[in-house]
Amino acid sequence: MIRTPLRPLARILRAREAGENPDVIERENLRLRHEQMRDRARLQAQGRLLFLAAFFTVAFGTVGTRMGMMAGAETEGPSARAAASAINAQRSDIVDRNGRILATNLDTYALYAQPAQMVDKVGAARELVKIFPDLDEERLVKDFTGKRKFLWVKKKLSPEQMQAVHDIGDPGLLFGPREMRLYPNGRLASHILGGARFGVEGVNSAELVGVAGVEKEFDARLRDKARAGEPLQLSLDLTVQDAVEQVLSGGMKMMNAKGAAAVLMDAYSGEIVSMASLPDFDPNDRPGPVVRGSPSDSPLFNRAVQGVYELGSTFKIFAVAQAMQIGMLGPDTLVDADAPLKWGKFTIREFQNKNYGPLLSAQDVIVKSSNVGVAHIALRLGAERQQAFLRQLGFFEPTEVELVEAPTGRPLLPPKWSELVTITASYGHGIAASPLHLAAAYATIVNGGLKVTPTILKQDRPQPGERVLDEQVSADVRKMLRAVVDHGTATFGEVEGYQVGGKTGTADKPKPTGGYYDDKVITTFASMFPASAPRYVLIVALDEPVETSGPKPRRTAGWTAVPVAAEIIRRVAPLLGIRPIVEDTPVPALTLTASN
Amino acid sequence: MRSLFYVVTALAVMGLAFWAYRENYATQEAQAELDDLQRQIDEAHRTLGVLRAEWAYLNRPERLRDLALMNFDRLGLLSLAPEQFSRVDQIAFPAPAEAAPPLVGSVAVSSQSEEPL
Repeated sequence: MIRTPLRPLARILRAREAGENPDVIERENLRLRHEQMRDRARLQAQGRLLFLAAFFTVAFGTVGTRMGMMAGAETEGPSARAAASAINAQRSDIVDRNGRILATNLDTYALYAQPAQMVDKVGAARELVKIFPDLDEERLVKDFTGKRKFLWVKKKLSPEQMQAVHDIGDPGLLFGPREMRLYPNGRLASHILGGARFGVEGVNSAELVGVAGVEKEFDARLRDKARAGEPLQLSLDLTVQDAVEQVLSGGMKMMNAKGAAAVLMDAYSGEIVSMASLPDFDPNDRPGPVVRGSPSDSPLFNRAVQGVYELGSTFKIFAVAQAMQIGMLGPDTLVDADAPLKWGKFTIREFQNKNYGPLLSAQDVIVKSSNVGVAHIALRLGAERQQAFLRQLGFFEPTEVELVEAPTGRPLLPPKWSELVTITASYGHGIAASPLHLAAAYATIVNGGLKVTPTILKQDRPQPGERVLDEQVSADVRKMLRAVVDHGTATFGEVEGYQVGGKTGTADKPKPTGGYYDDKVITTFASMFPASAPRYVLIVALDEPVETSGPKPRRTAGWTAVPVAAEIIRRVAPLLGIRPIVEDTPVPALTLTASN
Repeated sequence: MRSLFYVVTALAVMGLAFWAYRENYATQEAQAELDDLQRQIDEAHRTLGVLRAEWAYLNRPERLRDLALMNFDRLGLLSLAPEQFSRVDQIAFPAPAEAAPPLVGSVAVSSQSEEPL
């Protein structure tokens, strides 16, 4: 910047020549310079003021906004609420359909040791073994005196045990709070509940993880903090489940069976009211998986869901129902039942080489359980239609029940569906499915023909499935099943007032090496009650039963599974609130249904 | 006039400060009480959980069955049987209640209103 001189020589000289006062020029220039300086200073001051104003506006604005936000926000005690629910229910309860507890949590303590802080290591070990006889004293002494700084001694303590450990008084024995899973009903519904174990363990808490059954299937749901107070409601009925398990266990012993399974299902909604598998276990103290022998002999194995068996003659009703559905025959149509039936190099025989033929009505095929009769019906249906119908009933896929084991209950199907398979499948051989499959299929064919999907959760409303059979066909099927109990192979199944209807099935057990055992069978009774308007379907299956009251051991379902099922119905039907139907003649209600 | 304004303002500030101070402590006290109640509720919840578990354990079917068996002489409890169902019209209409015996002597009345009820 060029600074203008206050006394520019040229103008001074000119002024002097003109006789003017040159100081005027200097003053004038000085004034101009001062004006410039003043303008600059003002601009600077204005800028500073503006900056200050902006600063204060922002600062006070921030304070004001924050105050406004604090004043406007809802005051809630964040410290108080969060802590409360976190400890209380780490895992939701499981309840039955009436809200009775099947699984809950209980506060307990775990015992751990810090050997570095222990005073009398050997003495403490000795005292501990006195309290917990299952501990190994030598091992404890080794752990306590060794290099370890920390070890778990016991995962769950009862209050008495805890007091006893307290009384040892060793500062190195410490307690960590735990929440443990408690199944107050012990063995009841053990296969459905499964069990739980500790997951990641810390000193102050440990997570609970489901290991099987609904506990594993719904693990995420049960651990969901947002739904902690909301119990998981199953479709089981505690009282009914207990009655079923008790009768089944008694029946299993009486029939000298090595295993048994029962499924009681609502015929419309598919809700499993009771499902039992014996032998069972205590989920509070779940045994480890078997390492030797077949897993299907383990008590952990759920025969009702995982066990796939050839279910024998219980399948006969499916072929007959399908034939009636497509109008091929009616209940009274005569069918060729001349035994034995030669098919290629195979011969299809009846039970004890009888011959019910030459002709039998379709109903009598079921009542007498004629293999040959149903084989002829199946041959007329053909392999494709038979497969389609069995697929519709769910025999080609594992059941969709909400148990983690369900996918392992995959039916065993022949690789190629030849005509011989068509024949054997019609009386339940060569195709293996679980008792739960059978329950769902029977529910479907007797409830009026609507497909039933089994579920273990309580349903608020009926779940109408696709139509498989017409109402009339379903009514005829019920009439046939009723006749089986009335004067067929399942006469021991009669329970006065409950109009039981059902079909027996006795299947030889396959040898692991191929072929079939002569003296080992699976007997099944698939039943429904009351036949005039079925509400429940009951499947009872016994593994290797022998009834020995007669001179010769009897192994048929009619002598083994049927009486057990009848006893279950006798006990359970009143508990389910079904009023006995007073019958004047054997089946008046059924005659009425048939005439519709 | 102006000095009066100053005095009033100063008094108002003091008053408000006192009020704010009291509110602050009242809030803290309420908060403490809330925490305390919350703790009590937690405790009650826990107790409730234990009691529910115990109730379920004591009512397990196995135990009830044993108890029913043990006390069969006195109670005679059996499983529910189909014969126990019946229809309302099968039950005899209850006999008319017998006429109340005439009152003799004095009657003790716990409370009495002036008006007939």
